[in-house]
Amino acid sequence: MKKYTYTDKKDTRSGFGAGLLEAAQRNEQVVGLCADLIGSLKMDAFKKEFPQRFFQVGIAEANMMGIAAGMTIGGKIPFTGTFANFSTGRVYDQIRQSIAYSNKNVKICASHAGLTLGEDGATHQILEDIGLMKMLPGMTVINPCDYNQTKAATIAIAEHAGPVYLRFGRPVVPIFTDPNQKFEIGKAWIINEGADVSIFATGHLVWKAIQAGEKLADMGIYADIINIHTIKPLDEQAVLQSVRKTGCIITAEEHNRIGGLGDSIAQLLARTNPTPQEYVAVNDTFGESGTPDQLMKKYSLETDDIIAAVQRVIARKNK
Amino acid sequence: MAELKQLQQMASQVRRDIVRMVHGCQSGHPGGSLGCTDFLVALYFHTLKHNPKFDMDGKHEDLFFLSNGHISPVWYSVLARSGYFDINELATFRKLNSRLQGHPTTHEHLPGVRIASGSLGQGMSVAIGAALTKKLNQDDGLVFSLHGDGELQEGQIWEAALYASHNKVDNLISTIDVNGQQIDGTTEQVLSLGNLHAKWEAFGWDVLAMNGNDMADVVRVLELARSKTSKGKPIMILMETIMGNGVDFMMHTHKWHGTPPNDEQLATALAQLEETLGDY
Repeated sequence: MKKYTYTDKKDTRSGFGAGLLEAAQRNEQVVGLCADLIGSLKMDAFKKEFPQRFFQVGIAEANMMGIAAGMTIGGKIPFTGTFANFSTGRVYDQIRQSIAYSNKNVKICASHAGLTLGEDGATHQILEDIGLMKMLPGMTVINPCDYNQTKAATIAIAEHAGPVYLRFGRPVVPIFTDPNQKFEIGKAWIINEGADVSIFATGHLVWKAIQAGEKLADMGIYADIINIHTIKPLDEQAVLQSVRKTGCIITAEEHNRIGGLGDSIAQLLARTNPTPQEYVAVNDTFGESGTPDQLMKKYSLETDDIIAAVQRVIARKNK
Repeated sequence: MAELKQLQQMASQVRRDIVRMVHGCQSGHPGGSLGCTDFLVALYFHTLKHNPKFDMDGKHEDLFFLSNGHISPVWYSVLARSGYFDINELATFRKLNSRLQGHPTTHEHLPGVRIASGSLGQGMSVAIGAALTKKLNQDDGLVFSLHGDGELQEGQIWEAALYASHNKVDNLISTIDVNGQQIDGTTEQVLSLGNLHAKWEAFGWDVLAMNGNDMADVVRVLELARSKTSKGKPIMILMETIMGNGVDFMMHTHKWHGTPPNDEQLATALAQLEETLGDY
């Protein structure tokens, strides 16, 4: 079993900011749009280095999505930046018609996703965004797990033709992936191998899955731990290969149980290889105010919740 | 540059196409299409610098975005008669497997269409985006957009209006089709728009007025609008039209917003519209 450690912690949104700057340095067609949240989205460095390629749209997200769609006509690669809630639910029809249906090369970059936004409460803590975005035909949906992966993903989506939803967050979390990684859209990352259970995790839950894996090993349970950073298109081969070995699975995500990563995998398995599955996800409810740690505990998204889910699903497999 | 007479002949033929298209599939929106015919004919056959050998990026061309996508019949007819695709394809309008969808899309790769529209209020933002890219690319082409007056009830339009003046998007010429009609009645009855001239001026636009059913005035005002670009303000043309213009029984009512004529009504309509260039 591979051991993962970290020496530093950073927010994934800072990975986006660093990735955007590098993507813009590599490709002059990259432009950035922001709806009055430059600091929150960590777009300051990009704005400073490329003031002519930065567009402040004000608190007008619908207009931002339309402008981004229009800017692709003539070859620009627009990255829009606002909170996940205002990047999806608020502007769903604009994304649907002007970006997804029109197949425009827009990168919708969404910070403060999920409960870990914290104290602002449920109005800002969207837990439905993965579902909303993955249902749009042609939309790529990516939810990276740490600073390095978010930076690499940001650079990768600039090189990908077509609309992308990139989801990241506010809290500082351990940095445990390779700083020089090459991010491959749609290619799952096998974190650890084991034959007893598969744990498919995305976003902030990946580190918690790694920690759960270590505790489980101490209990004599060996988990296949797989980072599904790209929820759509799903790496079906990686999922099926793991499931053939383990025969039971956990999905872990900071999202509503309905419509997220868990449902994507459940649908794949229902079609191909029905398998006992437990969800570590928010149980079809809104969030609330609190610190990120308090919220992750209250809504059962902690390492111990993954371990409990593993024990339940192994019991079901052995029935 | 086409002569006025030629533009009027084209408009008559386009109006025939519109009523025949909506009759052919027994659906679609003749009223606004007929009202905007003179505008779109003048735009495509006189004003726009465009290339019917369609390229999505349209570099160094003028671009047009139709935001009120339901008047697709007039746009499709004008595109076909400009040479973007064969006029016989107009017969497939709204039918299964057609590139001529009920509302314009890029999904079926119809030449001439650069964005999907239909859900209202989005086209001005898209046009602004295209105009910004032209500026970044140092491309002196202009961007035109057309909107319905009922569409101004969508909030996104006003977000776009603020943005364009604040950021001096002065390579954009937007036009509102002021026909005073929407599905549930007149705009006055449904949700009145107030003084549009004062509103757009207050939003920082250079505002022009035009009689959208007088070809000479349309040509004149579009040229005037072009002369006002690159002066620090986006241009707004408030275009008064009569919904259903050219077919007497379709005029002055919202009844023909989204209703096709039956056989008898089609014959009456076509009798009022000279076949100038040959039906498809």
